[in-house]
Amino acid sequence: MNSMIALAVIASAIRLATPLLLAALGGVFSERSGVVNIGLEGIMIFGAFFAVWFTHLTGNAWIGVLASMIFGVVAASLLAVISINLKGNQIIAGTAINLLAAALTAFFLELIWHRSGSTPICPDMLTSNPLRVLEGIPFIGDLFKQFTPFVYLAFILVFVTYYVLWKTPWGLHVRAVGEHPKAADTVGIGVYKTRWTCVLISGVLAGLAGACLSIGTVGLFREGMVAGKGFIALAAMVFGKWHPVGSLGACLFFGLCSAIQIQAQSFGLNVPSEFLAMVPYVATIIILIGVVGKAVAPKADGTPYEKDEA
Amino acid sequence: MKQRLLNAWSVLKLPLIAVLVGFIVGAICILAAGSNPITAYAALFKGSLASIPSIGETLYKVTPILLTGLAAAIGFRCGLFNIGGEGQYVMAAISTVAAAWYFQWMPHFILVPFLLVIGILAGGTWGGIAGVLKAKMGINEVITTIMLNWTALYLSNYLVRTVLNPSNILGDAPSGHTVVVPEVARLGKLSSMVPAFGFSSVHTGIFIALGVAVLMWFILFKTTLGYEIRGVGLNYQAAEYGGISSAKNTFLAMFISGGLAGLAGSIQILGLVYMVNQSTELPGYGFTGLSVALVGLSHPLGCIPAAILFGILDNGSRQMQLAGIPKEITAIISAVILVFVAGALLLKYASTRYEKRKMKKNGPVQSGPVMDTAGKGVE
Amino acid sequence: MAKVVEMKNITKIFPGTVANDRVDFDLEKGEIHVLLGENGAGKTTLMNILYGLYQQTSGEIYYHGKKVDIKGPNAAIALGIGMVHQHFMLVENFTVAENIILGNEPSKWKGWKLDMEEAIDRVQRVSDQFGLKVDPNALIEDISVGLAQRVEILKALYKGAEVLILDEPTAVLTPQEIDELGIILRKLTEEGKSIILITHKLKEVLSMSDRVTVIRRGKIVNSLFTRDTNVDELAEMMVGREVKLTSDKKEKETGDVILSVENLVVKDHRKLDAVKGVSFQVRAGEVLAVAGVDGNGQKELVEALTGLTKTASGKVMLCGTDITGARPRKVIEAGVGHIPEDRHKRGLILQSTLAENLILGFHYCPPFAKNGIMNYDAIHQHGKTLIGEFDVRTPDENVAAGSLSGGNQQKAIIAREFYKDPPLLIAAQPTRGLDVGAIEFVHKRLLEQRENNKAVLLVSLELDEVMNLADRIAVIYQGEIVGVLDGKDATERKLGIMMTGGSMEQAMKEGGRSNEATTA
Repeated sequence: MNSMIALAVIASAIRLATPLLLAALGGVFSERSGVVNIGLEGIMIFGAFFAVWFTHLTGNAWIGVLASMIFGVVAASLLAVISINLKGNQIIAGTAINLLAAALTAFFLELIWHRSGSTPICPDMLTSNPLRVLEGIPFIGDLFKQFTPFVYLAFILVFVTYYVLWKTPWGLHVRAVGEHPKAADTVGIGVYKTRWTCVLISGVLAGLAGACLSIGTVGLFREGMVAGKGFIALAAMVFGKWHPVGSLGACLFFGLCSAIQIQAQSFGLNVPSEFLAMVPYVATIIILIGVVGKAVAPKADGTPYEKDEA
Repeated sequence: MKQRLLNAWSVLKLPLIAVLVGFIVGAICILAAGSNPITAYAALFKGSLASIPSIGETLYKVTPILLTGLAAAIGFRCGLFNIGGEGQYVMAAISTVAAAWYFQWMPHFILVPFLLVIGILAGGTWGGIAGVLKAKMGINEVITTIMLNWTALYLSNYLVRTVLNPSNILGDAPSGHTVVVPEVARLGKLSSMVPAFGFSSVHTGIFIALGVAVLMWFILFKTTLGYEIRGVGLNYQAAEYGGISSAKNTFLAMFISGGLAGLAGSIQILGLVYMVNQSTELPGYGFTGLSVALVGLSHPLGCIPAAILFGILDNGSRQMQLAGIPKEITAIISAVILVFVAGALLLKYASTRYEKRKMKKNGPVQSGPVMDTAGKGVE
Repeated sequence: MAKVVEMKNITKIFPGTVANDRVDFDLEKGEIHVLLGENGAGKTTLMNILYGLYQQTSGEIYYHGKKVDIKGPNAAIALGIGMVHQHFMLVENFTVAENIILGNEPSKWKGWKLDMEEAIDRVQRVSDQFGLKVDPNALIEDISVGLAQRVEILKALYKGAEVLILDEPTAVLTPQEIDELGIILRKLTEEGKSIILITHKLKEVLSMSDRVTVIRRGKIVNSLFTRDTNVDELAEMMVGREVKLTSDKKEKETGDVILSVENLVVKDHRKLDAVKGVSFQVRAGEVLAVAGVDGNGQKELVEALTGLTKTASGKVMLCGTDITGARPRKVIEAGVGHIPEDRHKRGLILQSTLAENLILGFHYCPPFAKNGIMNYDAIHQHGKTLIGEFDVRTPDENVAAGSLSGGNQQKAIIAREFYKDPPLLIAAQPTRGLDVGAIEFVHKRLLEQRENNKAVLLVSLELDEVMNLADRIAVIYQGEIVGVLDGKDATERKLGIMMTGGSMEQAMKEGGRSNEATTA
């Protein structure tokens, strides 16, 4: 196996990992503050769609990106209202958002372009490497040819996430709220406000992930294009123990599996593609079995907070 | 009497309001699409209820979601979130096709029950995997069932492409679906027994589904198994104190839940579809089942009207489309109903979650995180 | 002396109940003022209002003579009011320093960088100033309960609290730690702090305070200087009637050995030995009490005996049958009744009906079920009968168990366990959180079991309860039975010595000649 193919696979892996990573980081923010976000898939769908629509409207893909973030926030607000203010069930809320996203985007597709299935291709896309200079680096320069702006963004966000959550006072608040919201409340930290902020951040990031899938990859929106990547992102977050760097590792691993799936023929690898597709899911289950007994998730994750005013 | 009516209202008002809001939002979307909500909804109800064949078609749609609704409901009653109805359905579907092909020598009246049992076992086993992981290791079933959904899908795709493909079994050209289920294995269509049902696809599966709903009601509220499942769902620690095994009942509930979803798959295959296709998406009956269960307040008998509602929405969408309204409207209505139910519901029957951390610092279980151990949320 | 805090005419109404009814309360500078009352009397509510967690329905609060509106803990903290809650508000996997500075973090770069070095420094300084030693880098999950409480106090002091409210501070402390707390509090008042103690423990009131205000059912009964009153007077004010704090226990002959425990070893959830080779026996017709400070293995002992936790090694025999390591169902079937320590967690399914709760544990047996099918007629009849017999105050057996008061919930649990007529009854903290009336009921029933030649194993943290009810008292300390005293010989001092690690010989020597007044 020569280095050309290896490089191609790695580049592929990184590119495939990017949307997962963006969504997973969103998940980290949300869950570290104690709100389970099963709706990443749905927010990605919204992000993918609105990125394409606004790119069509304005001719500028960066406006599309902005739109994906804004509508990601809108979708996340729905989750936030249900989970935080109404103290509803976070899992049902997330599932509902997934269903709503699929239905609404299909509806808008009909309404706006009078066709179903997919939009026309965008006038502007973000599928090429913005930092051409890096392609000149010997040996690994070719890698960068495959990168989109989203790739750089995602990597930067890994470190931003780590810094914010572990090195700033606000990050301490977030983690306190996720572990023991009552304790945070009694020292005057706004539990609802902190959770809202984190859920909205997850909306921004998942929206970006969606944009990455549409204008960052194929340049259009197709029904069903997210195809479970939101759930893989969730798996990656769990796999990565709710930590940004861990999530990075997990996403790269899952991206690698997808990349190998695509390139399998060129290695003469005879594994059925379906089995390769299964790897992230099965691997996550195995990891969960492996870490049994070691509490890794934020302790108050999933529990609505009741401010005791009886 | 008045008190009982008031009690009934306080319990029912939530799902009723959710449904109302769903239709209101749907109306807004219809207006946005440039049509009249009144005519649209008239078309919806006409399409699903106006004639006997329409009713038949609605009942056809109700059948699988009633079963997946029951599946979700049983899970909720035990404090479990079975999001894996999709995967359990898929596993049962593919097993049913395989068994129908290889056992087609059996006479019809033995083959059909046999196949339904296969479906139940396939779904039950798939759900049981998550159940065992939860019962023995405290691994949260939300994540495992989601993972198993996709695993099942890809496994099914693989089998469709290879082992069960007509190209493999019959030597035909490769196809995107399995061999077709033979006549002898199929469920009877109601239209052949009662001609009034005309073009509708409704089959005897609806009777099975209704019967199972009543059976589930009986099991949940009149048997010791049901008492124990409900006890574990409401307070597994008190249940444990009372000698009820959380592990055993968690597993049983997941198995039964999976079995019900599996039955849905089996019945759907034998009732109309007669084959399994390759797909990149999950079939969707499982998620609809969640909505059915929630609107039905996780009560087996409540699932019946809830399933009928969603069946009406599903069936009526075709008529609405003929009236020029995008078919996605009904999907939007369904999703909004779910959003609403999520928002306001305090799911009383699943208020504490069972966790076991083999080694952890805090012996008394906290309502823990979804991904590692069960999420509380349902309170 | 100047009044630091004045609460005038405070009323707080929750749906269905008046928690505080025109309450007046004040705090002078440098004093330790106890707010005394039974559970549910309204003391915590009043202090939660002062700390801003609740808003009063009507009434005014004055701080240093100025009227204030305390909208939340932040406002209270800003004024200088700090609160140490009964259930610690500490994040387990944060360090001591992180917990103390939470909400008030020192930072650099306009709040964008958490300055942990400065934080640890500041924590060290406050710790030294008030003599409260802690390790800033220790994780909360690794330190003792007493130390954790110290962290909570430091948290309040770090934020500049002048007024400290402590909610049931002694509930989780050893007698020695209680003494230490008393010293710490005195030192704090010398440094100019003013302290409010919320408690229902009469003894601590007398030893630790300058003034005591008694609250009963939301209303203030009286406010006195501690030196002007005594235990009996306070008890009567708290409850409203003359309270009998001792019970009538008759002499009794004991019968066969019902429960025999040999070298029982049980590990806690940290995989450390919590019960280290304990042996004892309980006979028919006697009450054996296991006394000790919370956290010395009692919980694990009870859970092992009832099958809720694994037994590492040892043997447990009930009426000659080996039930070592048996699961709860088998234990119940063997003849053990269990009044659990936590009635909400273990004893009842709050959302279920009373009727369904009253058959928990034998719900699968005839007449309540046959061949897996339940007989709800029998279940309802059973419910009605027990409610009547045990005077459980409830409209009927169909209400949710959660709607009953604490005392009635406990009565329901007792009704259920007594219905089983078990040869052995294990009662763990049976009167926790109950008012005096309910306590009397429980004690009466426990003694009844004894009269009827049943064996009772009482595990309790309340020395008075232990001394009133027990024929023999086994003291547990760090997982071992330090000694077993005859009920007649037991004094508080002797028990106290053994409960804190002294040997039985020491206790007998120093324990005093006469029985001290066992009335609280």
